[in-house]
Amino acid sequence: MNINLTLFAQAITFAAFIWFTVKFVWPPLLRAIESRQKTIAEGLAAAEQGKKSLEVSNKQAEETVRQSRDRAAEILAQAEKRAAELIEEAKLAAKEESGREKAAAKAEIDQEVARAREQLRDQVAMLAVAGAEKILRREVDAKAHAELLGSIKGQL
Amino acid sequence: MAAGSALTPSNYIEHHLTFLSKPVGEGQFWVLHVDSLVTSIALGCIGLGLIWWVIKGATAGVPNRRQAFVELLIHFVDNQAKEIFLHGDRHRFIAPAALTVFVWVLLMNAMDWLPVDLFMVLMGVIGVHEWRPVPTADVNTTFALSITVLLLSLYFGIAVKGLGGWIHEMFCAPFGSNPLLWPFNFLFNLVEYFSKTLSHSLRLFGNIYAGEIIFFLLWVWAATGVVGTFFGFFFGLGWMIFHILIIVLQAYIFMMLTIVYISMAHEHH
Repeated sequence: MNINLTLFAQAITFAAFIWFTVKFVWPPLLRAIESRQKTIAEGLAAAEQGKKSLEVSNKQAEETVRQSRDRAAEILAQAEKRAAELIEEAKLAAKEESGREKAAAKAEIDQEVARAREQLRDQVAMLAVAGAEKILRREVDAKAHAELLGSIKGQL
Repeated sequence: MAAGSALTPSNYIEHHLTFLSKPVGEGQFWVLHVDSLVTSIALGCIGLGLIWWVIKGATAGVPNRRQAFVELLIHFVDNQAKEIFLHGDRHRFIAPAALTVFVWVLLMNAMDWLPVDLFMVLMGVIGVHEWRPVPTADVNTTFALSITVLLLSLYFGIAVKGLGGWIHEMFCAPFGSNPLLWPFNFLFNLVEYFSKTLSHSLRLFGNIYAGEIIFFLLWVWAATGVVGTFFGFFFGLGWMIFHILIIVLQAYIFMMLTIVYISMAHEHH
């Protein structure tokens, strides 16, 4: 163990190396590392933000789909209801129409019957008069006996 | 083996333990160990220079492997500094200083892995016959490091607390500020500074020096014949592998203690 001038020379060397590291080695790399850390932190924050907004839009999309489904169901129900109504209305109209036609036909038939009866009555009256004329072999004054003929007609 | 003297175990080891000394003045003190100096400066320049070169091209984006490796290293050192140093901005001094210590000491320790005799043959080619390749096995190097750390802790102690505050602490901590206790406090602090520096330095030196000696002994054994060569190789390999631990561990410990001592200088009592 011989201590000599080497000690001081080495100490100076050491100091110089420390100075070099403090001055030229440490700061640039520290800057690079710190700025990268910042970038990473920002990236992570952005990812987090993205995840959040994705969740929000997912929720929104779900909500929209749900609303559309509800609306569709509603529309379907309305359409079905309307169709049922239409069918009901058509049925009703058809029934009314048929009733009306039936009534008209019946009225016509009644009229026809009445007219036929009237004609028949006239003819029977004339037949009766003609029969009476033949029986009496004389002319019956139609005017003088109008009252009589009328009452016969009424009895028919 | 380079020198032409007879090959005996003792002069083999002695030869490997001889520094390439260059006297620069009168007396025992005015001598420079050229090998320790050149090796340590070269290693420091290579290690820190490489890191500097990588960092010059550093990007804040996706790092390439080189940069990732350097960042890993720096993160490792920075984490240690972060955990221990709680007295301000560690990036201003203590963390880069710790990085310097770690890289430099690690590389200097790692010289222990070089096959010494092959290394000596290569050095012999350029006419150098005495060269100790492991700077941290030179007590001058380790004391230079620990004394620099001591000076730094004194500097920070005074800079943080002011000269008055620092002197006050020298006399009033750790036992108390009673005037009767002043000499004991002062003595205690002196012993603490002294022992910290001594142990800081000698721990590193002892480990690396011992490692070197063991290698020498194994290589001496390896020169004794076939059996010796086999066992020399076998144990040499084992010691090499074990040395991976020692070299890194000692560099780590030296760095940690550097951080701890400088942090302690910042603490108020």
